Amino acid sequence: MLLKHEPRPDQVKSEKLYQQMGLSDEEFTLVENILGRTPNYTETGLFSVMWSEHCSYKNSKPVLKKFPITGEKVLQGPGEGAGIVDIGDQQAVVFKIESHNHPSAIEPYQGAATGVGGIIRDIFSMGARPIALLNSLRFGELDESARVRYLFKEVVAGIAGYGNCIGIPTVGGEIQFESSYDGNPLVNAMCVGLIDHKDIKKGLAQGVGNTVMYVGAKTGRDGIHGATFASEELTEQSDENRPAVQVGDPFMEKLLLEACLELIHSDALVGIQDMGAAGLTSSSAEMASKAGMGIEMNLDLVPQRETGMTAYEMMLSESQERMLIVIKKGREQEINELFSKYDLEAVAIGTVTDDKKLRLLHNGEVVADVPVDALAEDAPVYHKPSKVPAYYEEFQAMEQEVPQISDLKETLVKLLSQPTIASKEWVYEQYDYMVRTNTVVSPGSDAAVVRIRGTRKALAMTTDCNSRYVYLDPEVGGKIAVAEAARNIVCSGAEPLAITDNLNFGNPEKPEVFWQIEKAADGISEACRVLETPVIGGNVSLYNETSGTAIYPTPVIGMVGLVTDIDHITTQSFKNNGDLIYLVGETKDEFGGSELQKLVHGKVFGKAPELNIEVEKESQKQVLAAIRAGLVQSAHDLSEGGLAVAIAESLFDNGQLGAEVTITGNPVSALFSESQSRFLLSVKKEHQAKFESLVAAQLIGEVNETGTLKVLSETDTVVEASVHQLKDAWKGAIPCLLKSRD
Amino acid sequence: MKFAVIVFPGSNCDIDMYHAIKDELGEQVEYVWHDTENLDEFDGILLPGGFSYGDYLRTGAIARFSKVMQAVVKAAEAGKPILGVCNGFQILLEAGLLPGAMKRNESLSFICKPVNLTVANNQSMFSTAYAQGETISIPVAHGEGNYYCDEETLAKLKANNQIVFTYQDNPNGSLEDIAGIINEKGNVLGMMPHPERAVDELLGSADGLKLFQSIVRSWREANVVKA
Repeated sequence: MLLKHEPRPDQVKSEKLYQQMGLSDEEFTLVENILGRTPNYTETGLFSVMWSEHCSYKNSKPVLKKFPITGEKVLQGPGEGAGIVDIGDQQAVVFKIESHNHPSAIEPYQGAATGVGGIIRDIFSMGARPIALLNSLRFGELDESARVRYLFKEVVAGIAGYGNCIGIPTVGGEIQFESSYDGNPLVNAMCVGLIDHKDIKKGLAQGVGNTVMYVGAKTGRDGIHGATFASEELTEQSDENRPAVQVGDPFMEKLLLEACLELIHSDALVGIQDMGAAGLTSSSAEMASKAGMGIEMNLDLVPQRETGMTAYEMMLSESQERMLIVIKKGREQEINELFSKYDLEAVAIGTVTDDKKLRLLHNGEVVADVPVDALAEDAPVYHKPSKVPAYYEEFQAMEQEVPQISDLKETLVKLLSQPTIASKEWVYEQYDYMVRTNTVVSPGSDAAVVRIRGTRKALAMTTDCNSRYVYLDPEVGGKIAVAEAARNIVCSGAEPLAITDNLNFGNPEKPEVFWQIEKAADGISEACRVLETPVIGGNVSLYNETSGTAIYPTPVIGMVGLVTDIDHITTQSFKNNGDLIYLVGETKDEFGGSELQKLVHGKVFGKAPELNIEVEKESQKQVLAAIRAGLVQSAHDLSEGGLAVAIAESLFDNGQLGAEVTITGNPVSALFSESQSRFLLSVKKEHQAKFESLVAAQLIGEVNETGTLKVLSETDTVVEASVHQLKDAWKGAIPCLLKSRD
Repeated sequence: MKFAVIVFPGSNCDIDMYHAIKDELGEQVEYVWHDTENLDEFDGILLPGGFSYGDYLRTGAIARFSKVMQAVVKAAEAGKPILGVCNGFQILLEAGLLPGAMKRNESLSFICKPVNLTVANNQSMFSTAYAQGETISIPVAHGEGNYYCDEETLAKLKANNQIVFTYQDNPNGSLEDIAGIINEKGNVLGMMPHPERAVDELLGSADGLKLFQSIVRSWREANVVKA
């Protein structure tokens, strides 16, 4: 597609060159109708990239409409670089999650690194100071292939390389390993920022005659058609798309970040937007469209790092670390000086017009002249057919089955060494999670907590999605993802505020996949409504398939909560000898999609665990009230691996402590069921009465100093293990899987 | 006492250093941009961590040519306390204010975690508030902190008691577990661990505060004598 001599409009049409760019025959005809003529090569490129799923959400829009997006505290919902939620005292939190799945499948280090870079720009383009990064990663099984281990190592290194250099702490995240992600890993990056209300900026190109300036890195030929590439299935030939993967320069972005945060305090600034997916095209068209204006740009003035670039290449490049800003006419000089302090260029490349057109000049000629709304707003919306998959009906017809286990202790050790449960220390020790010295709760707990300097407040943040549940039952699984995120936030002592979502699915043109998307969105919507955590923004990543096989449906939830006083901050670790151990929530025989089912059968099947969202809400309310009353020493959400894993994890931070708990009913269910809406809490004895008056919980045991985890049934001891042994299994699993084979 | 926190393009622990001095130590502190040529008004110079100039070429290799570095050399010659942490340490090595060089971590990966250090010399102006042999918990966060020097230099470092901090469980492969060294004169300290990240129990440790308190104490003693 990178041609020196561009094909003429009639060639674009007769040779169907638009198809290579991702436009269908119908879409091309629609473009012709909008323009009243056949588009030239460059214009075809503009439409193809703006009408890709990645930029237009043409396949997911009908589904996204279901989400609750408003709330008392929501200052900015979906539609801008990132959503914004009020946290009081004229401050607000800004956050968003975004995927970089396809680039990471081809070139994992740069794919992951530029994913981080892109989401950071979304945050500071709103005027916010980025304060934390999180991620949500999916890979194939580590013991399956060297390629999977390579992808895992390089993705982690790429995230570390970018985040560490730019100096934003990577404080949390989650990782699952599942063979459905073998050829199509998921790399979702989330950034959280802090802003004063008065500094909130938007991507609006207002004011006829105002100047459009280009700031940041020069434009090269990297990443051309990245957005289109992201909207296709991966195939054996995808390696040939390596030029569609961008290359990151975190040092450049650090300079750009500091310069832009200085810029937002200037009254010369009118609008600002990141040049992300579809680069110069999307930033200019969207800023103009949102403001009801047009933009004219002279591409000769665009800073270029390669010679002979065509208009097509410049407009579709996804070179990193670039921003488009609109400033008041006549103030160019001071903006120039501001950026030159950081050794950056700020170049006037165009002006705001009132004709609602995006007009591009190159070498003295008009090379494109198209309506901005047609690019930004008028992409066709598809209502895809949906169909209940056969597997789902089969799973729903199954009875809940309790796996047969002979040795409970050995099973616990095995569960702790499953990579999805095992310690992720190997990963997060490569991330600078402390820089900016506000990280109160580091990676490894339920949610990370970052204090807000100069206040008593802090922000809790997490990413969550158990895609096995979503696969078994997309609606329930979607609900659980939100509920679990909120549970993690509550366990840290915070009140859930809002979510950002990253909908990672397969090819939506397959009715069974589209059904998964619809149902998951239904589940997420219901949970968000009841838990009062609106969706303030997010990202859709479809076509996550390799050679025709889709990933597990993976709607990742990024949630942020507010800690109103740092004294409320709670971690999962048991604290003191003699503290009482409580279990909140009901345990049922639920093993569909569980870690134990996977361990025993090597696959998941059956029904996902049930979730009563009203019960969930009430439990969260009670637990948070007890935490805020100072009655809770530790709080941990029960998730993969159930109660036994949660107790073990609560013991790992302290070398001396042990625990003795008594279980009732079938020991396998009591220990390993993954029933939802459950918490493990520890409470000082002196607070017993007060705690029990606030929380409906079952006293199951006591923290001691034996260094042993002992589980008793009504009749005998069913597990007795040294914490040391359990911790070794949990901590050593991932390094061992990586070391033994490469 | 008035401190300067030098800000290079790509510094990212400048804010942490600034707040450690201002909020926890309670002394005066200012950010100083890398093109500043005069540091006469400052009593102590702090080179923070980060990725100055993106670590391009070699860590610290470009930053050492910044205008401000001539003023840092001058301040060092004048006997003012100079502390370089992490990338600041790397810059001091490149500038020749401290002997030796950094290699990539033995693991070849970035490593971020709290580590235990031993105070190997509590007689330096940076460590008098610690007990000799005291164990302190200070975080590391670096990709190139594997300290190396030749045998002759190492012998000198030992003979002059220039090794101030050592790792108890070496995280990066540093020669002789070296975590921090001073120059012969004793007024320039470079260390890979981040004392400015360990000044508040809320974040896990306040063991780094004594380092800054030592600097202030030495400065006060010197200035009282002068007066």
